[in-house]
Amino acid sequence: MIEFYPFIIEAIQIVIVLLFAPLFVGWVRMLKCWFQGRTSAGLFQPYRDILKLFHKDVILAENASWIFRFTPYLVFGVTVLAGGIIPIIFLNLPFATVADVIAIAALFAIVRFFTALAGMDIGTAFGGMGSSREMMIGSLAEPAMLMAIFTVSLISQTTSLSNMADVLIHKEFILRPSMAFALLAFVLISIAETGRIPVDNPATHLELTMIHEAMILEYSGRHLALIEWAGMIKLFLFTTIGIASFFPWGISTSVNLINISAGIIFLILKMGFLGIGLILIETGLAKMRIFRVPEFLGSAFLLSTLGMLSYFILE
Amino acid sequence: MKNNIISLFGNEARKDESQYPATVPLYQIPRERFTEAAKPMKTAGARLVAEWATDETSFGKGFGIYVCYAKDSEYLILKTYTPLEDPTFPSLTKKFVPAYRFERQMRSLMGVIPLGHPDSRPWIKHEDWQEDVYPLRKSFDASKSISRVKGEYQWIRAEGEGVYEIPVGPVHAGIIEPGHFRFQAVGEDVINLEEKLGYVHKGIEKRFESLPWDEGAKLAGRVSGDTTVAHALCYCRTVESMTECNPPERALWLRALMLERERIANHLGDIGAICNDAAFAFMLYQLTILKERLLRTNYKLFGHRFMMDKVIPGGVAIDISDKNKEEILSEMNWLTNEFERLVIIYDENSSLDDRLRDAGVLTDGKAKELCVVGFTARASGQNMDCRIQNPFSPYDRIIPKMTVLNSGDVHARLWVRTDEIRDSIRLIIEILNSLPEGKITETFTPPSPDKSGFAVVEGWRGEIVYWVQSGPKGEINRCMVRDPSSVNWIALEEAIHGNIVPDFPLCNKSFNQSYSGHDL
Repeated sequence: MIEFYPFIIEAIQIVIVLLFAPLFVGWVRMLKCWFQGRTSAGLFQPYRDILKLFHKDVILAENASWIFRFTPYLVFGVTVLAGGIIPIIFLNLPFATVADVIAIAALFAIVRFFTALAGMDIGTAFGGMGSSREMMIGSLAEPAMLMAIFTVSLISQTTSLSNMADVLIHKEFILRPSMAFALLAFVLISIAETGRIPVDNPATHLELTMIHEAMILEYSGRHLALIEWAGMIKLFLFTTIGIASFFPWGISTSVNLINISAGIIFLILKMGFLGIGLILIETGLAKMRIFRVPEFLGSAFLLSTLGMLSYFILE
Repeated sequence: MKNNIISLFGNEARKDESQYPATVPLYQIPRERFTEAAKPMKTAGARLVAEWATDETSFGKGFGIYVCYAKDSEYLILKTYTPLEDPTFPSLTKKFVPAYRFERQMRSLMGVIPLGHPDSRPWIKHEDWQEDVYPLRKSFDASKSISRVKGEYQWIRAEGEGVYEIPVGPVHAGIIEPGHFRFQAVGEDVINLEEKLGYVHKGIEKRFESLPWDEGAKLAGRVSGDTTVAHALCYCRTVESMTECNPPERALWLRALMLERERIANHLGDIGAICNDAAFAFMLYQLTILKERLLRTNYKLFGHRFMMDKVIPGGVAIDISDKNKEEILSEMNWLTNEFERLVIIYDENSSLDDRLRDAGVLTDGKAKELCVVGFTARASGQNMDCRIQNPFSPYDRIIPKMTVLNSGDVHARLWVRTDEIRDSIRLIIEILNSLPEGKITETFTPPSPDKSGFAVVEGWRGEIVYWVQSGPKGEINRCMVRDPSSVNWIALEEAIHGNIVPDFPLCNKSFNQSYSGHDL
């Protein structure tokens, strides 16, 4: 029985990733409606959206190559795989021992690379435009993200997310300036990476202003469903990476029923608060001009560098 | 302007006595000297209001070529004839930029050829029309359909390393009208934008010619649905000037009331939409609530959310009671409070400020050169408001305030409109407080044959112009409609220079031109 444990844990983890991601997006959208004084479509609308898209036919552009058809499955698969590595309610994930935070960054880079390729594949002006903007953001966000995570890993002396969280949970809590800098940087990067306001607007219909949406403009049916779902998972994963690296308390360190249920409750609470934080930013800010994004991500990089320096100087 | 023409042409300029009202004179000048007249206009600092052609074969004449100039409150129409066998006239495009599209349109729809015009491509009439079909000519039967042909539109091309083209439209992702925009861009920088319109060409000017005079007001109210009051009002004022019909004072005041309500509703919606295009959706939803309340009151009081068909020749179709008056007054009170609260949020949001300032700048010089009108002109330093410069009752007593800004960017256009909402609220309150009693209609008798009338009305987009001519049997021979968009569309092409591609929707929304009013 004991040898099946890792498989069961990993399976539960994947199910949580798949099911919680749309729920979190539903919560975020619901909050957004309330903040703007509208009636929301409900917590479960993202599930209905995905289901609806799966029932629709796929319309392929005539000149779409295998890259275009293959990308949705790859994007979805790789994103779910990344979801298997991040400690969400269990610390000792079987996958966590083989893949660290650099691997997670690489997995997201694969997703970005293929989405950008697919955007250019069909040859429309919007797709190419979206790809070029996405690559600009990616090239700035990825190093900044690694820097921020490395700052945290300096404290725990490891790049494995599970071990980083483990160290934080068990060490005595002290306020660290390096962590504060890294957290700020991570928030900025997450906003850019997940395409939220003020960097990108996931709700816009204006093709010329789109970044992520421009690349996937030609997708329909189950392809679009997979990409949308993967997008929701990505948002969910970035918040869980943030939780694991900065607020891991509550993640269960041993596999038993009480710890796991506590882990789920903590997860829901943290996600609830993070949703409110995200929406406060989204409601209060307009989208920035696209050439402000390098400044925005540049400051993220600067903050994480400061975090790293303050670790060596102050701690 | 009038004196300039008389001193230049002497006896060759003949005043046309059948043009109404008397304050807008019409001079007939020789065809060869048509362009020559543009020079003193230019030096006088006048702007070209509109240029149009008429088919006057039913009078036994050829085509009439008309051009209207304006400076401050003075309007002047010049006219020349061109014979059927040689339908040409000298182009004004090199003197006045707005003539560029007017003349392309005259050539496409009436078949009169502007000599010396730099661009022979059709306008409004698309390439799948037969080239020698001219729908505005009397010989064209609008009840028959015409066969389509294959044709290709020659776009302006840009070449070089890294230049790419982005075609947008005519069908857009949002619920807006159709129009095609073609960008030439290097990276994100727009090097050229070319508009192609005409997708909503409905043949409105032609349709006028088969309608009785009173029904013309209904059609005018449908030129551009969001400006239904102003268009119907302008048509009515035109035909009333021809018959010297004076609607009762109460009707005039009620017209102004509706005109201002239309202005507020559209400005509210657009300010929200501009903010939404910068992903600040909060403003959109809040302002939509305000707009919706206004529209519902319109429905309750006037029977139509946009007050369509409420302005009729000779007066207005609906009266308001004292109870309604109180209702509007308390609504205006509520609106002021709610609106000012939102203006503060707009004004204090620095991220919004960063997007809206310096985006889509239309400089003073360009605005003057392109002869733009309305809030677009006022945001670019042009003093222009027909309600002040050519007032009709009650605007001669309750004087609107003109807000003029100089920066010409998205924020300036938005801010001019913010101020106009405040002023329109004030106007409505003053109108209601001293609304005269009496009838709301005067009998309207159709104009006698061979007359022409002219009127301008400041709609929420800007100056709307109508010129109507009665035929030999007393029917409508020609109804020229000039929506503000007809001149302002070209300003967008200019304002986008130096901007980046993702800022276009924001710039476009800040102009918010009518496609329908332009394409007719």
